Amino acid sequence: MAFKHFKTLLFGFAFSPSLKANVYEATRLANYFEAALILLHVGEKTKEKENQFQQLLKECPIKPNEIQTYWEEGNPVTTLANACVKYNIDLLLLGALKRENVVKYYLGSIARKLTRQAPCSVLLMLNPSVERSPCKHIVVNGFDSPQTHETVEAAFYVGTSLNTEKITLVEEISESRVAIAVNDDRSLRKATLRKEKIDREEKLRVTDIVEKIPATKRDGLKWETQSIFGRRGYSIGHYARVVRADLLVMNAQEERQFYHRFFPRDLEHILAELPTDVLIIHSKSHG
Amino acid sequence: MAKKSPVLAFAKELPQNIFAGFVVSLIALPLGLGLAIASDAPPLSGIIAAVAGGIVVALFGGSHVTIAGPGNGLVIVLLAAITTLGEGNLYEGYLFTLAAIILSGGLLIIFGVLRLGAMSEFFPASALQGMLAAIGIGILAKQFHVMLGLTSIPGGTIEQLMRVPDSFLLFLGLHPFAGVLGAGSLLFLFLYSRIRNPYFHLIPAPMWVVVGSIGIGYYYTLFLNKEVPIDPELLIKIPDQLFSNLPRPNFDKLFDLNFIGVVFSITLIAVIESLLSIKAVDKLDPRKRRSNVNKDLRALGLASIVSGFLGGLNVVTVIARSSVNANNGGTNRSANFFHAAFLVLFVVLLGDQIQRIPLTALAAILVFTGYKLASPENLIRIYKIGPEQALIFLITLVTTLFTSLIVGIAVGVLFTFIVHLFLRKSFFLFSLNIFKPNVLMYREDQSGNYYVSVKNFCSFLNFYRLKIKLDQIPESEHAIVDFSLCDFVDHTVMEGLHDYQRSFARKNGVFETIGLDIHASETQHPFAVRKSLPINVLMGLQNALSNRQKNIEQLAQQLAWNYNPKIENDPKGINRFLFFESKVVNYSVNSLYDDTFTLFDLSFSEGAFITKEDLKGTFLLFKSPIPLPNFVLDKEDFKTALYHWAGFDDINFTKHPDFSKRFHLSGNNKKAIRTLFNSELIYFFESHPIFHIESNGTHILIKGKERLSSLQEIKIMLAFSKDLLELLVKQQ
Repeated sequence: MAFKHFKTLLFGFAFSPSLKANVYEATRLANYFEAALILLHVGEKTKEKENQFQQLLKECPIKPNEIQTYWEEGNPVTTLANACVKYNIDLLLLGALKRENVVKYYLGSIARKLTRQAPCSVLLMLNPSVERSPCKHIVVNGFDSPQTHETVEAAFYVGTSLNTEKITLVEEISESRVAIAVNDDRSLRKATLRKEKIDREEKLRVTDIVEKIPATKRDGLKWETQSIFGRRGYSIGHYARVVRADLLVMNAQEERQFYHRFFPRDLEHILAELPTDVLIIHSKSHG
Repeated sequence: MAKKSPVLAFAKELPQNIFAGFVVSLIALPLGLGLAIASDAPPLSGIIAAVAGGIVVALFGGSHVTIAGPGNGLVIVLLAAITTLGEGNLYEGYLFTLAAIILSGGLLIIFGVLRLGAMSEFFPASALQGMLAAIGIGILAKQFHVMLGLTSIPGGTIEQLMRVPDSFLLFLGLHPFAGVLGAGSLLFLFLYSRIRNPYFHLIPAPMWVVVGSIGIGYYYTLFLNKEVPIDPELLIKIPDQLFSNLPRPNFDKLFDLNFIGVVFSITLIAVIESLLSIKAVDKLDPRKRRSNVNKDLRALGLASIVSGFLGGLNVVTVIARSSVNANNGGTNRSANFFHAAFLVLFVVLLGDQIQRIPLTALAAILVFTGYKLASPENLIRIYKIGPEQALIFLITLVTTLFTSLIVGIAVGVLFTFIVHLFLRKSFFLFSLNIFKPNVLMYREDQSGNYYVSVKNFCSFLNFYRLKIKLDQIPESEHAIVDFSLCDFVDHTVMEGLHDYQRSFARKNGVFETIGLDIHASETQHPFAVRKSLPINVLMGLQNALSNRQKNIEQLAQQLAWNYNPKIENDPKGINRFLFFESKVVNYSVNSLYDDTFTLFDLSFSEGAFITKEDLKGTFLLFKSPIPLPNFVLDKEDFKTALYHWAGFDDINFTKHPDFSKRFHLSGNNKKAIRTLFNSELIYFFESHPIFHIESNGTHILIKGKERLSSLQEIKIMLAFSKDLLELLVKQQ
């Protein structure tokens, strides 16, 4: 279940003030990944809009070899989700608002719905910009889950493609695994020892994942690990913010049930409060 | 140091715990009687609570140097319960209240089992203080009249307060002797800490009051052959058959709403008082242990049940008595047990003498307690943190006085939240984030430091989340709490963090808070208070140098040393000396220093609550040129002789009988101490003025008098320590 490189990228665009930044960012990414880029507009096609867009594309400084533009009408969510299948997309690019307001959270914005429904990996871009802001630090989850291998591999792939300096693998460890309530000095000592033991085990596990990736694919990339005892899915987002990571790479949700929106877990914590750009890896073998 | 078996260590510490238990029982006796009388319960019910608490909590508790017994906070609730549930009949009311106490004991156990020990964190600190002040005013209002000999003043707290001037005018006509005795006792209690005689302080102030008033009674009967001029109504009455006719708790009102309210009030106050006390006492524990709060709650609940069935009040952890315990060398729960044992002895052997205690003297003790709870200093301290905090304090205080404790604290919580909304002007910050996790803690792999980041907001509403994480960090480590992602931090949290800082400092760890300075400048952060001590700004101490300060400044110029008259709130390195283990360091001021020596005045407090004494002294600190064993060298006097008898070690030298007689030397590593104290050093100590000297392994601390030293004395201290340093260099 080795990770498949991103060959085709899809970006759904709309005529918003950030259109230029979004398009520049998308083309740049496609270029770095050496992938084809499909630009899809959902909505009415007018001559004026088309001219404006073509002009924009022409001015774009860094471009991938292959760009296709499509114009379709319909429900944005289903249209984009269908397009992912139709064009055999590997990565869906979405521009995100930094903080969505309350009402949208429960109804689900377009981006959120697409994140949940897309059959491929998704990149949520927080701050697309005309000028490139370098991606220096990637944080990737090291959950104990079969998907993690592929996610970590993807992180190294993105890291090498974007010339990242450092990758940090974060293992979130549930407090319940410690299973010792800290009451006094003695229980604190016990809990601390137990945590150190779990910490060592987790480090071994995660190091093992990285070492299984062929050396050529992680060439020159600095990587380290960090264990965090805390709520799964929550801690990593907070951590990414604290260390000012430029990209957070996560497993796609294993199961999606309605009540998870009310009792957020794993990804939902991150979607509720995007800490930075988030790349969600949808492993095809477990899709 | 070889590891001793716990049984052996326990046996070795037994004498000093018996001693500490004895001193505690001296204060527990008058307080137990007084608190019971103040609640309109039979006098012995307070003693029964203390005995039940002492025995049960000593056996099953999870703390170390705390003392359990009847609590101040509960007086008001119990008084209200006894009067309302009995519908006029005090004894009936007492029986109903016993049932309520038993049920609340059950609730306490449930609290402990469910690990709700963190509950007290849900109450904003200022509101809690306001409620305690209201309790203090309640006690004070009622007992003030009793102190003057007027036992039957009706009405609520406010009404009673209004009648204080009347009683002043009346009492000389009714019970002049008893009244003057009461008022005199109160005066004595206020002046007690001013008297700096160490022998005098061996007996706690409340016991002096009791002993003194009994003594006066005996003086009348034995020397003047007259009746004591105190109305028998104003003396304590103890039933003749102590154990044969136990009261039977009356459970008839089990489903009465009033009764259920009483059960919940008792439980709430018991939990709050116990948790606050345990937290405070942990900072006085000379062994720096952490108490198992939930285990203690379970034990307190069980003790309340036992006490209730025996006719006693309910049992809580009490701060004043616990601090006396810590200050007198109590090291484990056996001290709590012995305090109970001595109380039993007192009641059985001295029943006759106890019946000679005038109520007015006990009432004076309670007035003093009430005053300490409601002390204006508290309000001033809170006002300094922020005017809005003072408002919260006052609103809680007034609501509690006019309604009840439960309503009062509820209004306090609500009002605090409204104040927060008003300050932050954003409802969404709170409503959106209240149920979300907001704390991240991890151990940085490179440095090994614990890093804690807090997001969104942090106030009394969600402080427990931060606390859970902070409690998992051993206090000997380095912890960094980062608030840069947090928009709002309230006063309760700031105060809580200050507590953590203290406990980390005690165990040589580091506790840093970062990210708040940016706030203060960017968003005018309202609660980013650097807690400073009230004195320096209030009194304007910094404005002009006193004569003594000018003299010290001159001395500094003479010696070409540096002088800094500023108040240092967090003096470094002081906590590592034995002397401060069961004391709280407030601040240091007037430091005179060069590269080696630092001389400074230090304010520190001993004891807590009604036994709290603020002390000042001049200290000198310097780094030793050679590694030293830890030792304490002090003058041998009556007190150290007593300690010796209580099992504290004294290292004596057969070759130097003069030194051994005059000095008290103690420390764990006796062999190293004996090598260090060679003939030359001993001769040096013999031939110089005697100071209290301590070593913590690297530094030497020299303490001057029990007060601030004069310039003359400072010079002597400087010369002394210079000579001592030279001697130590020679040993190198």
